[in-house]
Amino acid sequence: MEFSTAARILMCPADYFGIEYEINPWMNMQQGTNRQLARRQWQRLYQTLCDLGAAIDLLEPVPGLPDLVFTANAGLVFHDVFLPARFRFGVRQGESPHFGKWARDRGFTLVPLPESMKFEGAGDALFCGDTLFAGYRFRSDVRSHHWVGERLGVPALPLELVDPRFYHLDTCFCPVAPGVAIYYPGAFDEYGRSVLKDRIDRLVEVSAEEAVSFSCNAVVVGRSIVLNQGAPKLAAALETLGFNVRPLEFSEFIKSGGSAKCLTLRIDGEEAASWRHAGQIPSC
Amino acid sequence: MTHAGQWGSEAKPEGLDSASVPGVVDEIEVRGHIVDSLLLPKILDRILQMGGSFEIHECKIGVRRSDPSYARIGVRADSPEAIDAILGDLVEHGASPVHAEDARTVPADIAGAFPDAFYSTTNQRTQVRFKGRWIDVQDQEMDCGIALNPASGVARCVPMICVALGMPIVVGHAGVRVLPVERPRESTLFGFMSSLVSSEKPKSVSLKSVAEAIRATRAAGKKVLMVGGPAIVHTGSVPYVAKLIRDGWIQTVFAGNALATHDVEQALYGTSLGVSIERGEPIEHGHEHHLRAINTIRRAGGLERAIESGMLASGIMYECIKHKVDLVLAGSIRDDGPLPEVITDTLLAQDRMRQSIRDVGFALLIATALHSIATGNLLPAWVKVVCVDINPATVTKLSDRGTFQTIGLVTDVEPFVRSLAVELSSTSAPSGK
Repeated sequence: MEFSTAARILMCPADYFGIEYEINPWMNMQQGTNRQLARRQWQRLYQTLCDLGAAIDLLEPVPGLPDLVFTANAGLVFHDVFLPARFRFGVRQGESPHFGKWARDRGFTLVPLPESMKFEGAGDALFCGDTLFAGYRFRSDVRSHHWVGERLGVPALPLELVDPRFYHLDTCFCPVAPGVAIYYPGAFDEYGRSVLKDRIDRLVEVSAEEAVSFSCNAVVVGRSIVLNQGAPKLAAALETLGFNVRPLEFSEFIKSGGSAKCLTLRIDGEEAASWRHAGQIPSC
Repeated sequence: MTHAGQWGSEAKPEGLDSASVPGVVDEIEVRGHIVDSLLLPKILDRILQMGGSFEIHECKIGVRRSDPSYARIGVRADSPEAIDAILGDLVEHGASPVHAEDARTVPADIAGAFPDAFYSTTNQRTQVRFKGRWIDVQDQEMDCGIALNPASGVARCVPMICVALGMPIVVGHAGVRVLPVERPRESTLFGFMSSLVSSEKPKSVSLKSVAEAIRATRAAGKKVLMVGGPAIVHTGSVPYVAKLIRDGWIQTVFAGNALATHDVEQALYGTSLGVSIERGEPIEHGHEHHLRAINTIRRAGGLERAIESGMLASGIMYECIKHKVDLVLAGSIRDDGPLPEVITDTLLAQDRMRQSIRDVGFALLIATALHSIATGNLLPAWVKVVCVDINPATVTKLSDRGTFQTIGLVTDVEPFVRSLAVELSSTSAPSGK
């Protein structure tokens, strides 16, 4: 693998993006999406990330795989290890070979989870500091997180997601730096909220109205944060913490239950992941 | 570690009948960062919220933060449906059933004997795994085997003598587990007695505790069993035992020919072994009284007939029969007579006693080594046992033979029974049987 200091991100153009099935409360096949607008919104994100200095890997879009655009669910990256997703729904399982091929070509060592497990990659597993926070119930199952934690030798804390609108952890929780994260409390139960409050030094609450506009689904590059527009209170809070906020329009992707973060996979480790800064590569 | 209030629920403060609560048990395990993620407390909370109870069988906490922890948890619910619902829910939170082996059975190849390698029971609550589920063994009794009926899914203790040809008998230890009785938490006799046998305990405290246990047993709808020896009569305690029976505190009585005979002797002649109960002096020809008493009852056709005819009008036997107490008189090789009600076939007597201890929650063993040990052999470990004897060796023998739950009170019988009758008469008698 080649290493550089620039943020590296995997994206997949929205050429075939659309709503062809319904697997979360946001999706409505009758309503559909505006394909042209979706492409423009994707392009703007791509450009913004490039402007922020990120190097973007592009995955070839595939007809019939409308959600391949949501690369966050490809798998989980840890140093040079890639744990490919095991999608819960059959309609997304066709994405796995494409993500797998990309990861192998990129030089990652693939560590597949047992077939009986469900695990939707960085959609449900996010490092904050040295801890892997992991959402379960709607997509990933809790056993997969235990397995990943043990396999990677990191503390993995499964958090139950209780609101089907926030079906992936990255729709309601976003680590922005080691020890700093934003979250929407209503997506978790009391146990989950206690764990987050206990384990994260600086936890910024997102209001219900801003959470439903997918503002937690943010991409962090250095001290810049790209998120859906329509969350002025969160933007202000992040700016107070010293971040530059880049609000963009993601209306077409939100119709499918995704936003900025879902459209990206950080290849070199999220900004909030301690291991990214530590640099050592453990054997796995 | 047992969760406070679980298994033997605190709703039954004496824990008298924890094992008789019907229920289905299974075991789950969960592994991972279950402590930091609060998954373990969440799983335990959910078991309770769904109406189950739990017991942590094993818990290993990871040393470093990245180390996973592990817990093995017993889950109990009222029905197979309830436990399925609980387990179905817990699976979502990472718990998985522990795949233990089912108990193995072998059909009895000889009637009246177990197959080789049979599982030998204790008096502690036991469960066997059948078709992937832990089920309680019924009729728990020490020194038996376990018959597991595959059609009904019922497991019960069977004495060797009762083994029928072809009966499926549990062999080996796989798929069998024993759930030891917890140390009682209450601050009564059963909680604080550290030495089981002692003549140097304040008797009034012990007495109050025994009275309290009897009251609690009756309040819980369980029976009180008294097992008595002839010293009850010799020491002049008959009126007090008679009162306890009359007042409804005793539902079951086990004794031998001796207690019954001397009780009748006293009722008919005012003596016990020829000694006047009132004056404490031997009466001329008094040594014949017990034999004449037996003869009188035999001529009458038994105790019941003697009472019907008005011939026998007082005493323990009289009160037992009048108040329909479940009376089992078991014979022994030294018996005179015996009285017609005495069961002289030992195995038959054992079986009658076995039937009669089923709903017993408290056993008071007074001044008899033979019948106390026989009863102790039949009682499951969760039945509280108090043994009152002037001789500490009686209690020791009882414990040595496995009835380890016995609390011993070393004292003369009469003051104890008298005080107990007084203590219990201060509260209203329980209604019904």
